Amino acid sequence: MVAAETAKDKALRYAFGNVLCFFILLLIGVLAFSIRIFSVIKYESVIHEFDPYFNYRVTQFLTKNGIYDFWNWFDDRTWYPLGRVIGGTVYPGLTLTAGTLWWTLNALNIPLSVETVCVFTAPIFSAFAAWATYFLTKEVKGTGAGLAAAALLAMVPSYISRSVAGSYDNEAVAIFALIFTFYLYIKTLNTGSLFYATLNAIAYFYMVCSWGGYTFIINLIPMHALLCIVTGRYSPRLYIAYCPLVVLGTLLAALVPVVGFNAVLTSEHFASFLVFIIIHVVALAYYIKGILSPKMFKVAVTLVVSVGLVVCCGVIAILVALVASSPTKGWSGRSLSLLDPTYASKYIPIIASVSEHQPPTWPSYFMDINVLAFLVPAGIVACFLPLSDASSFVVLYIVTSVYFSGVMVRLMLVLAPAACIMSGIALSEAFSVFTRSIKFQLPGLSQSHQMDAGDSVSEPSGDVIQNDIVKTDRHDEPVKERPTRRNKKKEKENVDKASKPSIKSKIENRLLVLPLETSIIALFLLVLLGAFYVVHCVWAAAEAYSAPSIVLTSHSHDGLHVFDDFREAYAWLSHNTDVDDKVASWWDYGYQTTAMANRTVIVDNNTWNNTHIATVGTAMSSPEKAAWEIFHSLDVKYVLVVFGGVVGYSSDDINKFLWMVRIGGGVFPHIKEPDYLRDGQYRIDSQATPTMLNCLMYKLSYYRFADTDGGKGFDRVRRTEIGKKNIKLTHFEEVFTTHHWMVRLYKLKPPRNRIRSKTKKSKSKSSTATNLKRSGTGKKNPWH
Amino acid sequence: MEAASAKHGVYILLFSLVTLSRLSHLAASSDLQIVDAERRIDVISHIVRVYLTLKVENTGKSSASEVLLAFSPEQAKHISILQAAVVVGKKRKKSYLSLKVNPTDLPDSPNGTKYYTAYLLNPLKTGESVTIEVMYALTHSLQPFPVEISQSEPQLVYYHDSALILSHYYIKRQKTMIRTPSSKVESFTRVEPADRKGAELKYGPYEDRSPYSYSPVIIHFENNNPFAVVEELVREVEISHWGNLQITEHYKLAHGGARHKGVFSRVEYQGRPSGSGASSFKHLLAKLPPRVHSVYYRDNIGNISSSHLRSDFKKSELEIEPRYPLFGGWKATFTIGYGLPLQDFLFESDDGRRYLNFSFGCPITETVVDSLTVKVVLPEGSKNPSALLSFHAEQNLETSYSYLDVVGRPVVVLKKKNVVPDHNIPFQVYYEFHPLFMLAEPLMLTSVFFLLFVTSLAYLHMDISIRKS
Repeated sequence: MVAAETAKDKALRYAFGNVLCFFILLLIGVLAFSIRIFSVIKYESVIHEFDPYFNYRVTQFLTKNGIYDFWNWFDDRTWYPLGRVIGGTVYPGLTLTAGTLWWTLNALNIPLSVETVCVFTAPIFSAFAAWATYFLTKEVKGTGAGLAAAALLAMVPSYISRSVAGSYDNEAVAIFALIFTFYLYIKTLNTGSLFYATLNAIAYFYMVCSWGGYTFIINLIPMHALLCIVTGRYSPRLYIAYCPLVVLGTLLAALVPVVGFNAVLTSEHFASFLVFIIIHVVALAYYIKGILSPKMFKVAVTLVVSVGLVVCCGVIAILVALVASSPTKGWSGRSLSLLDPTYASKYIPIIASVSEHQPPTWPSYFMDINVLAFLVPAGIVACFLPLSDASSFVVLYIVTSVYFSGVMVRLMLVLAPAACIMSGIALSEAFSVFTRSIKFQLPGLSQSHQMDAGDSVSEPSGDVIQNDIVKTDRHDEPVKERPTRRNKKKEKENVDKASKPSIKSKIENRLLVLPLETSIIALFLLVLLGAFYVVHCVWAAAEAYSAPSIVLTSHSHDGLHVFDDFREAYAWLSHNTDVDDKVASWWDYGYQTTAMANRTVIVDNNTWNNTHIATVGTAMSSPEKAAWEIFHSLDVKYVLVVFGGVVGYSSDDINKFLWMVRIGGGVFPHIKEPDYLRDGQYRIDSQATPTMLNCLMYKLSYYRFADTDGGKGFDRVRRTEIGKKNIKLTHFEEVFTTHHWMVRLYKLKPPRNRIRSKTKKSKSKSSTATNLKRSGTGKKNPWH
Repeated sequence: MEAASAKHGVYILLFSLVTLSRLSHLAASSDLQIVDAERRIDVISHIVRVYLTLKVENTGKSSASEVLLAFSPEQAKHISILQAAVVVGKKRKKSYLSLKVNPTDLPDSPNGTKYYTAYLLNPLKTGESVTIEVMYALTHSLQPFPVEISQSEPQLVYYHDSALILSHYYIKRQKTMIRTPSSKVESFTRVEPADRKGAELKYGPYEDRSPYSYSPVIIHFENNNPFAVVEELVREVEISHWGNLQITEHYKLAHGGARHKGVFSRVEYQGRPSGSGASSFKHLLAKLPPRVHSVYYRDNIGNISSSHLRSDFKKSELEIEPRYPLFGGWKATFTIGYGLPLQDFLFESDDGRRYLNFSFGCPITETVVDSLTVKVVLPEGSKNPSALLSFHAEQNLETSYSYLDVVGRPVVVLKKKNVVPDHNIPFQVYYEFHPLFMLAEPLMLTSVFFLLFVTSLAYLHMDISIRKS
């Protein structure tokens, strides 16, 4: 009778716990969404930055023309005159996701614009990512840790920086896909269910669709499988978790046009195949071990190993030779710079020139993951008590992602979920230890506690123990049939009942008891830490990461100033120039120009053709006449320059100029960086070199600038007076300058009518220009 | 330059021919004559407004009930609105009664002259006279010359008209006054007696001119007022019976004046606001109804942050600034949206139908709209919509879908070309609507969620595993 009552009570408690858990998750989703819409509230519902504009444009095309036209889309508005095959070179996951979302909404007659859908895709998917984190961590360390990790992830600044409303970038959905793939892997590992293994392959497919970072998965999971094998943790569940993923995942990945045969040809994927072979060998070995007697097995091992070694050596030699025959050893530039952090700065200025490809500084760790950095070690320790397959995976994940984040600041994003999971585990474990200590020592509670064993401890810690027990239970009989949901529940209860009174757990509980005061103070400090984290995250979301970067604001004594110059210029371009005019600018503004102004650009943020970018860089760093010839040969009609000297906008073209020189000089050797530097210093004042003062970028930026402040020409970014004030343009004319001078547009003057003798000269000149280009393309291009 | 003057030559030739040939039979056929005619032409903005005061006398034997107003084909093309009124009462107690006016085709009009017929309220008996006030607005009638100007130049325009009023009737005495925006008049054709005083040109008085007299004049003067032309305007008025009227207006704005040529220098533009870019404009004023709320102003790349809203009890004024100043030939597109309280505009008529009473034209002051489309989106479930306008506009019906619509909302589409601010007069859309339809969508949502919960309940209570244990 009593037993039945307690069972009922327990069932009710579980139901209550589940409902609570559900609502907490719902709130975490709301939190994840709402912390990311600061940008919409403070600024407006608009697409941010550079890459999101491209994704937005692609989505517009998709929603307008349909999926088939999307796959075959050859974009002639960019990389003029080369063009770009968008369908085959873009990761379509994000676009298809937003497109589907838009299509569904419109099918329900909810008239949201494509832009609105794109703006809110990232916040929606960060809510999903938080839920995926919950599931992943729950598989590792139980519900409590899961909820803590999900809450941490919902507001981790690193992820917020990439997924605020309007930041419509691949990473926004990719992080969800990444975590979800890991969750399904762990789930398969824990259950050995082929169903989850298939889902895992599909989730991996979604990840491949979404982001180039999928290579992280296809390297991390084999690493983990290998680790399990090496540490003797091989089980059929590992086989089920790993092999279908590799086979199905690779097949599915090859379906994505941008990956295609790379899924089997490039070195990034080789680790998975290698481990695939190894796991089969190991599986075979275990099988044979099962059917042979120990003695026979020993003989077989020596035989197989000696033969196998020879064959392996041969195969590996062939593979190495194959790989070594390709110039970059089969690795793409970005991946190489991951393995060798100095690679990019040595060989590829175009990768090095992007600020998010730089190694991060220590403050950026504190900025992006804040207190998680201190909690992570504790989480790692907790993962080792006891070490399961799942927790070893998480440990491996954090270790590798810490390395990668140290190479590229952008990959901090991959570290963030790992850090959240670890910190979630740490927090949850710490809380469970402290609350348990308090409960053991509070006199009123200790009585009831003796009777009820570990049941009266707080919900999360209870679950942790149960789960571990369930897991150990599974270890004992790995070939158990897959239980139905009901059965499982019952089984769990049985296990609970059986294990509760066991002496072992009691002793363990007693051992972890801390003094009461210490526990209370520690709890208080933990809450304080959490509060500090929340405050920091909200600040980061509201102040640091919400600016859309196309609209700038500044607060001054007389109120808020809005600098909307970029859109002013793009709107002007789109309405007052011919549809087929070509606009040349540095590649940063390529995506925005095509998306907002709908004009053809020479280079854009895709940076797939180094030579082309170098041509534009060369033009910008050449004297006016040579630049005009280069631009004219490219059919350019307008040149767009970003200039911050009037209002003090520091990321303008003059500050980026050295990269143009470097990239240009990398292909066209007549552009030499030292020519632009005075004693190794980059300066624009009267001490600047004549090459610098006469190059196109300098002239276009400072043309008539001195007239703004009565002839002084004080540059507010460089905080100096400019070196050359009376700039005359002969081949370009100013056609538009925005209100705050941030964007300046120049038009190429048409070629002058010349008398015959001079035409020859100009012809020979233009031919040298093309010669130059040709010699440039003939050079070995490190990018490929 | 030469082409332009050649064109003028043709004009002059054309109409002097008319004058010479003077189709006497037409003149004879009419029994009316104009005793006194005064014309005031206002060319201050880019919309030319002509106020015509005609004192018409019936000299014939039978009474006349209509008066013909004649226009040259060139002018008739640009007439946007024409209103006529008859003056009743003496000086102090003058009041105007508006007349019905219709464009009319006469079979043998000389040189393609176009006519409008004004229908008098009471037939004019023999010997009686009546004073008619006619107002008409001409659009695109100021022709920039030079056609292209640079940033520092002022904008000069031509205005073509006749010193004599083109008329179907004999005019006894007439004079014409033309008001220019400033006293900067480059030249004007002299038809004696003609005179200029400051910003006003005076032609006449001329006595005893026979029907179809025409004497072309060209006035070349400086006009730097904004030539704001909305090439296309789509106004969507969406009625929600939950209490809101949502208006969305899509503009395609252009500067219709002399085209900008060459350099645009920001230094010049900001440094010397008076001398540089005199004909360009950067502000527009939209007059919105009072109690307007949730106003937005954006274009297809996002919000435009330069606008101010001032509102009081009588009206709301929205001052908008396009992203960049508009020089001649430059274009910009933008969207203005705002909400209004429904009870100010939706009423119930005596027969139980509802009607919307809303202003037709473009709310921005002094703009010409080349093509205006007004779409009135009625709530889902409304029936028998019909529109009532005081002038002609193309009408048709469409269906639109939004926010969980099943059968769609009826949309009354009104289209009109060549619209000026004088078209900002209310129009009505009548329709039948049952309030129960308001509940359709909330009910639909409720039932969907209810079903969702029921299915999840059912799912949780079912054991759908194949093998029972």
